[in-house]
Amino acid sequence: MAIAFKEETFRDDFTFSNSPEAIRRFPFPFHEDSYMYSVNLEQHVPVRPENTTRSLPDTVFDKTFDVDEHYVAEMKDRELVLAEDPLRCQSLPHMTLAGWDLLELIMTAKAAEYPDLFELHRDGDHWHWINRPLGIEQKFVFMDETTLPYGPMEYITRQTQGDFALLDQRDDNLWMDAGMVTTQADWSLDFDIGMNFFEWHAPVPKAHEMGIFVRALKFLLNIRQGSPARRLNWTLTVNPLLDTSPENYHKWGVQRATLTPENLGQKLHLRVELQTFFRLPRSNALVFPIRCYMISFQDLVTEPKWGRRMHRVIRDLPDELADYKGITRNRELILDWLSHYDDGAPTSPGAWADER
Amino acid sequence: MSGGGKIPVTVTEVVRVNELIKRFKFERSDGGLLPTFSGGAHTVVEMQDYGTSRLNPYSLMSDPADTSAYTISVRRDDEGRGGSLFMHRHVRPGMEMSISNPVNLFPLDLRARKHLMIAGGIGITPFMGQIAQLSAISGRFELHYAARNPALAAYASELSARYPRQVHLYFDDYDQRIDLQGLLDGQPLGTHLYVCGPKGMIAWVRNTAEAAGWPREAVHHEEFLAPPSGKPFEVKLAVSNKVIQVGEHQSLLEAIEAAGVDAPYLCRGGCCGQCETDVIDYDGTFLHNDHWLSEEQHAGGKKIMPCVSRFEGKTLVLDR
Repeated sequence: MAIAFKEETFRDDFTFSNSPEAIRRFPFPFHEDSYMYSVNLEQHVPVRPENTTRSLPDTVFDKTFDVDEHYVAEMKDRELVLAEDPLRCQSLPHMTLAGWDLLELIMTAKAAEYPDLFELHRDGDHWHWINRPLGIEQKFVFMDETTLPYGPMEYITRQTQGDFALLDQRDDNLWMDAGMVTTQADWSLDFDIGMNFFEWHAPVPKAHEMGIFVRALKFLLNIRQGSPARRLNWTLTVNPLLDTSPENYHKWGVQRATLTPENLGQKLHLRVELQTFFRLPRSNALVFPIRCYMISFQDLVTEPKWGRRMHRVIRDLPDELADYKGITRNRELILDWLSHYDDGAPTSPGAWADER
Repeated sequence: MSGGGKIPVTVTEVVRVNELIKRFKFERSDGGLLPTFSGGAHTVVEMQDYGTSRLNPYSLMSDPADTSAYTISVRRDDEGRGGSLFMHRHVRPGMEMSISNPVNLFPLDLRARKHLMIAGGIGITPFMGQIAQLSAISGRFELHYAARNPALAAYASELSARYPRQVHLYFDDYDQRIDLQGLLDGQPLGTHLYVCGPKGMIAWVRNTAEAAGWPREAVHHEEFLAPPSGKPFEVKLAVSNKVIQVGEHQSLLEAIEAAGVDAPYLCRGGCCGQCETDVIDYDGTFLHNDHWLSEEQHAGGKKIMPCVSRFEGKTLVLDR
């Protein structure tokens, strides 16, 4: 399937938008009319909608690393972020091997799953990589850093949508020892680098008391080669900003104050993270890709089930969670807007949109 | 979910290494490449032992970068439950078998400035993969390998020939002993210590290192427990609504699997925690053999690790 890559921006004039196909395949994260934390991890395998007869040409879960119409524009935005702040990409010295593991994982998956866009030719350690959408052709020696313009993790994640955290596994814990983080929901790699799983999750309310992290860590420590896992997370973002980092809070935080009943449908976005987890073969590290999908509220409510459910989720969200997700300030405004799309009718089970 | 990622393989070589050890080579039956792995990883080999299904973990000892084949070494245990005997007696070149994706519970700490390895007997195998991995990236290591005598010291001569400065051998029959205290005293800052061998050796190394002030995080060990035999017992599986019998030479996990119930596992040796199971009710005594649960949990009667632990008494009901 040919993808028409869009020219669009995630800053200044915000020309980002979703095509009808992108709306249809959006990973809506709520499988019921309310939301609470859970260890909502499942195997990362292609799934088809269970609760609908609706036929979808593809879903964001079909490929190891989903490539969509925003690919080229997202990579340009990453380049801009890195030029301003190189510390968004860091790798502690012992993580270079994990970087090679990640490069191999992404290149082999993309070349196999998108043969019209990517090619990888391997002759022993001599590799030849072709990335058509970005116009890149690179010959290099695998495991020889001197043959690439960047370290292996930075090289491949400048060509792959989503943030990446490389987690070293030792002492029955995971350590945030490398990453490429330019599209984050208000967390900082520069702050978290070197922290363990409990330390970097310390700001999350409620979940610690619920024992969520102890169980989640146990699951993650046992993720095996060949059996990746995934979960979805979500928040709301005013304006389609990929870079909502603490480093740039002074730039985007104020934009939350610009929301009005008139512009909400266009400005407010549901931001969904498709988080996946892969065990890496040589380093025994875990890679944690965090892929961000955004949809404006006006596009979201074109699926009646999503409009009804979004209203109920925001209405019943515990206050601590609303605070943590940065929704409190605009909560009444959002609820008022969404209430027009909730007629009180029951919603079907599962997250997928209904057949129309 | 438990056996995820099984790989069909063909045995392509069986080599008698010495009077106790045989080496087995596996290649993918479909002719493809095996997954790359990290030094210290193991694979779980599935054996169809004439009606009994056995799943035993063995360290991968080939070069992790060589994805054309995996090799393992198996020490024959005449007193054991039969897995090693099956491998020694019945596995021949050309046989089709099934192995798991590699799992590493004994990885190198890649922050280490030097890797100090202590091996006893068949405990040499995980170090073979680690040394291959380290030598490819010019990592610094030192191996101290103790065995009963030269004839039983598998791979000792190959290792010494290849790494003459890094490999040190000790033979019990010649009264040679590792001067552990001296060895630990002389290490540069940033050294990590690894031990794999008999239970007594692991305890000796860990205790000596702890007494010498080594940080816990810098001392790594791997010990696979074989599930011990014991008296047969009966278990009720509440979720699947089945009553099963655990045989004398069968582990509880094996009995659960034999009843057709899918249960999670990873190491099958009492150390990874994956098979941890909740106890709903019991009247009797647990025989805990794992390294995973705490002493309080062992005393609490609420958890059991079915891969190595057993039970004696009237009633045991599990949440499985």
